[in-house]
Amino acid sequence: MVWLQGAGCTGCSVSVLNAVSPRIQNLLLDELVPGQQLNLIFHATVMAGQGEPVIKVLKDTEKNRKGGYILVVEGAIPTAEGGLYGSIGERGGEHVTVQQSVEELGRNALLTISLGTCAAYGGIPAAKPNPTLCKGVKTIFNERGIETLVVNVPGCPVHPEWFTGTISVILFSGVEALDLDGLARPKFIYGQLIHENCPRRADFDKGKFAQVLGDPGCLYKLGCKGHYTYADCPLRQWNNGVSWCVKAGSPCLGCVEPEFPDGTSPIYEKITFEDLR
Amino acid sequence: MSKKIKIDPITRIEGHMAVEAVIDNGVVKEAKSAGTLFRGFEIILQGRDPRDANRLTQRICGVCPTAHATASAFCIDEAFGLTDKIPDNAKLIRALILGSNFLQSHILHFYHLAALDYVDAVGVVGDLAPFVPRYEGDYRVSGKENAELVNHYLKALDIRRKCQEMLSIFGGKMPHSVGIVPGGVTERPAEDKITNFLWRLNEIRDFVDNTYIPDVIAVAKAYSDYFEIGKGCKRLLAYGGFDLPTGRLFKAGVISPDLQLEPMASENITEDVKHSWYADSDSGKNPSRGNTKPELKKKGAYSFIKSPRYKGEVCELGPLARMVSNYVQADGQTKELVDSLLGQFNADVNVLYSVLGRHAARALEAKLVADAMVDWLQALKPDEPVIVESQIPETAEGAGLTEAPRGSVGHWMTVKDKKIERYQVITPTAWNASPKDDKGQPGAVEQAIIGTKVKDKDNPFELVRIVRAFDPCLACSVHLLDVKGSELGVFRVV
Repeated sequence: MVWLQGAGCTGCSVSVLNAVSPRIQNLLLDELVPGQQLNLIFHATVMAGQGEPVIKVLKDTEKNRKGGYILVVEGAIPTAEGGLYGSIGERGGEHVTVQQSVEELGRNALLTISLGTCAAYGGIPAAKPNPTLCKGVKTIFNERGIETLVVNVPGCPVHPEWFTGTISVILFSGVEALDLDGLARPKFIYGQLIHENCPRRADFDKGKFAQVLGDPGCLYKLGCKGHYTYADCPLRQWNNGVSWCVKAGSPCLGCVEPEFPDGTSPIYEKITFEDLR
Repeated sequence: MSKKIKIDPITRIEGHMAVEAVIDNGVVKEAKSAGTLFRGFEIILQGRDPRDANRLTQRICGVCPTAHATASAFCIDEAFGLTDKIPDNAKLIRALILGSNFLQSHILHFYHLAALDYVDAVGVVGDLAPFVPRYEGDYRVSGKENAELVNHYLKALDIRRKCQEMLSIFGGKMPHSVGIVPGGVTERPAEDKITNFLWRLNEIRDFVDNTYIPDVIAVAKAYSDYFEIGKGCKRLLAYGGFDLPTGRLFKAGVISPDLQLEPMASENITEDVKHSWYADSDSGKNPSRGNTKPELKKKGAYSFIKSPRYKGEVCELGPLARMVSNYVQADGQTKELVDSLLGQFNADVNVLYSVLGRHAARALEAKLVADAMVDWLQALKPDEPVIVESQIPETAEGAGLTEAPRGSVGHWMTVKDKKIERYQVITPTAWNASPKDDKGQPGAVEQAIIGTKVKDKDNPFELVRIVRAFDPCLACSVHLLDVKGSELGVFRVV
């Protein structure tokens, strides 16, 4: 596995470090499922090495392991000014742009996982006016005719189990077993609305709405986007099941959706289905 | 003989950064530090609902989002006229959320970002990626002691995760928590939550006291020459942080190289852009008036980071600055912690200005914060309010200054027609990893590298150890040019 970081905040990496079962130690050191071990050969935040040897690892992987590695992309791809707004290392004295690396490694990967909303759809770096012309990985692949399968696992950040769960499907049952929706997301994660499983759903049905943050009741009038956001946060919860946005009294931000953040803001204002059309 | 060395990227830091230096006879003569990723947050924020800044600016950094949530909340509180109305419960819960993230960030930094420069992981787990490739030749701890440190590397992964879980009790989730909002916080301090938090905190405190601090001391004993390496600019700055009903945990101040204290006033902060890829017309401005206009082809520029300066001077920010600021202001607990550490090495406060000093200050700070959090928890009042209501003003200005794990962070905003007109953020890494300013003064990391002896050109441990000790929020490249800046005798070190 090669893990590249583009225009992002490292939040998805930090979130994956929060994985509970398997833990990150298991991901790094153990057979994740019997007979199958991940080999994280490049990840800028955790790897021991630096400089040219690690950049060489990227080139060697792309050349020598065609179709034998998974590319994980975290962060959006800046494309303005030939990609100069984001670079990872140098080759022959020239900056290697994020876009260049993602294209080169993407072309020869078994599949590419766009981890987090930035990599999947552009996310906050691509928000208006999108100063660096950031794009999601799938858009880049489509433009460049790269046919490698892209699996979108959005979220700002991604939930650690959305990552480990997707990997589990691949290791247990193979890439073809990934059941994806029209936005290339695994259905087992993004198949239901937040609203469908929300513990405050009964309040919505009874018309009991919170008027200010911190109140009990449905958060719809305070800007909750759970009625059009597809994710399993209410079932899975976050941080080892301690809490999640709505449980903590905050409206759902719709952070997994392609429209995030422009189409899901103002964050604390009610957005109706009419607004969305 | 003068040489050029390139290290690009420096890993095990957050983000994308480059440093370029000139070496002569094995000693660094000049250095350049550069950020190589630009996202344009300040531009993206323009025209949005001011409250949204509080959610969006967290996404600047997934390692320390809560510091941005805090700075942004302070900034919006001020613009909305709420600063004096924030309930005590909200102040305490905001501090508990930020404190939890200090602990996760400091533990992550020492064990998972910095330690692999000192600890021989390969000696325990074998030639396994991502522990290879790496620099070779200067791992000084071996045998049982090394195995124990590697074991603590693994245990620390659990502990830092538990810091995030503790944070989520009041913060909802991590990274990118939701609990801190303009006017206060969203979660009430129910008794069961307080107890739940306390016992998670106690496990983390036990780790800080009995594992983290002893491990930093063990590394310091094996690498004691690093008390002499990476001295830096010696001018320290702290905005101050953890605003509690009873006062502040971290005291604001500007500390001169001879340990004289000057009060901190944010109007003395300016940002130069002569060597940054931004329009020169914005150079030298206070952030409340600053703009961010990229100019990629600008001559002489080498970074996306601006050069923040205080009264025109270069400053270092972070745990070292905060601990020395508290120390010279005679904060009892800080003095006790620092004096006890210095006693073990029979040294004075000057040794703190070093690679090891920065690691030690960070570890002691973790203890200071973790112990204080117990008091904050006990001051919570379950039946009292956590938030005040607010309206978005037509026009307003606000500033929010606080402390992030890696140093002071400031947000500045103007509101017009109920929308964000201008938003400026100065991160601690902008100060520490800044390029040269308009006067040509190198930034703090650049100064810490200059004068360093590089023992082994093929494994320049010194450089990466210096850079990482600052806990920068970026990925790095270090170039060493010959003394006249030409590229004679170029060879690769990495």
